[in-house]
Amino acid sequence: MSESVFIVQSGLAEKTRKSRLPGVLDVLQSSTGLILALFMWGHMFFVASILLGESAMWTITRMFEGYFFFGKSYPAIVSCVVAFIALVFFIHALLAVRKFPGNYRQWRTVRAHAKAMRHGDSTLWIWQVYTGFLLFFLASAHLYQMMLWPQDIGPYASSDRIWSDRLWPFYLVMLLAVELHGSIGLYRLAVKWDLLPLSRTFLKRVKWGLTLFFLVLGLATLGAYMKIGYEHRFQYGERYTPETLPAWLLRLLPEKDFSNPHHKLPAFVKETP
Amino acid sequence: MSHRQITLQILRYNPQDAASKPCLQSYTLEKADGMTLFIALNEIREQQDPTLQFDFVCRAGICGSCAMMVNGRPRLACRTLISDLPKKIILAPLPFFELIGDLSVNTGKWMRGMSKHLQTWLHSQEESPDLNRIEERMEPEEAEAVYEMDRCIECGCCVAACGTAQMRQDFVGAVGLGKIARFRLDPRDTRADGDFYELIGDDSGVFGCMSLLACHDVCPKSLPLKSQIAFLRRKMAQTSIRQE
Repeated sequence: MSESVFIVQSGLAEKTRKSRLPGVLDVLQSSTGLILALFMWGHMFFVASILLGESAMWTITRMFEGYFFFGKSYPAIVSCVVAFIALVFFIHALLAVRKFPGNYRQWRTVRAHAKAMRHGDSTLWIWQVYTGFLLFFLASAHLYQMMLWPQDIGPYASSDRIWSDRLWPFYLVMLLAVELHGSIGLYRLAVKWDLLPLSRTFLKRVKWGLTLFFLVLGLATLGAYMKIGYEHRFQYGERYTPETLPAWLLRLLPEKDFSNPHHKLPAFVKETP
Repeated sequence: MSHRQITLQILRYNPQDAASKPCLQSYTLEKADGMTLFIALNEIREQQDPTLQFDFVCRAGICGSCAMMVNGRPRLACRTLISDLPKKIILAPLPFFELIGDLSVNTGKWMRGMSKHLQTWLHSQEESPDLNRIEERMEPEEAEAVYEMDRCIECGCCVAACGTAQMRQDFVGAVGLGKIARFRLDPRDTRADGDFYELIGDDSGVFGCMSLLACHDVCPKSLPLKSQIAFLRRKMAQTSIRQE
């Protein structure tokens, strides 16, 4: 056992050279937060492809499964991406929880403080704590589901999950939590490291603009999945097969073996000259 | 109309008296033109309640003694015009610091402790400097930057406004970090970033700051705390990654 263990146990850690770990952890907390927030923006745009039509969403889904590169779908690719995001998420959660109020006295004090101060940034932090706490559970469950059943991402599969499997309240709460947490977090990162030559007032305006944009986009997207899920409720379990795709996409499709046993071969592939 | 009635609700509590319970006590007085909170408090003490405790020295926003929570936010009583406040005013002592009584807190005791802990004085490698020697020249920009941070009056407003400090009693606050930033800027100080890391490189120092920026927003001297703390964070993060 190393000597430092006994020094720290004796409460004499402060008498030795200070550990460089807190600095590394601070950078890690910020960088994992940045990765997650940027990922969420991309994720939001991808799931919002349903607003352009079922075939658009199908195309995006298959693209991530490597369909247009390998000639058949590999949902395991999605699992790997989700596993990476889950790892980043767990690191971020572990580091961020250090900043949470640790007991009732701290919680009562900091809440009363934010309330009495009526200070915007302090209040936003309280919301980060609320939404972060919710995400411990919601994001974990979502990541687990996407990692283990990546093949169930698609226009009908996702809609069935949201409507017939009654997960829309789950997604609604998660959407609000993610968009608030992510946009507040990005604003916090900008002021914390002060690397952007932008005023705080401007950054805050951008932050609220982005929050509003992603909330509207997210709610519209969730609404679209709910509508499709409702209309598809009697064909629950059926997977989407596009009747046609844009010509440019058809030209890109490789002439390879489309014999993925998990997925029904789209009719248009056979018709491609 | 130049005069109107105002009500001051003041948090009264005497920690020396076991029977004392914290409560808000109301005082009504006539508002006068140009009246500051400091003038109003003196009027109450002279005409209504001589037991009311609060601190002041300079009456000009220089000593930092009269800092208190005004409607939930830390401010200097001598620099706060009654006309800028709503009709109902609630006054409370600064949180975090040792309470002497009513609105009076012992910021000095904490500031001395913090200063000792962070070694907020000039460090030079010279063992016995010649005090009769003319000081070395400093670039005007450097002197300006040092002076800018030296304007801190240690009023405690930044600490009282800080969410982290409310949860962590060992947090050195923006005042402590500001002082480190000041000595880091000073070309006469020979300490390297590794030395500063030993002082603020943990959660009671710069990495404890959650960038809520209430310190920056309430500082009566408008010190650039946001940029200075961010600069220190970047430097200390570099120090930790490079293992300096």
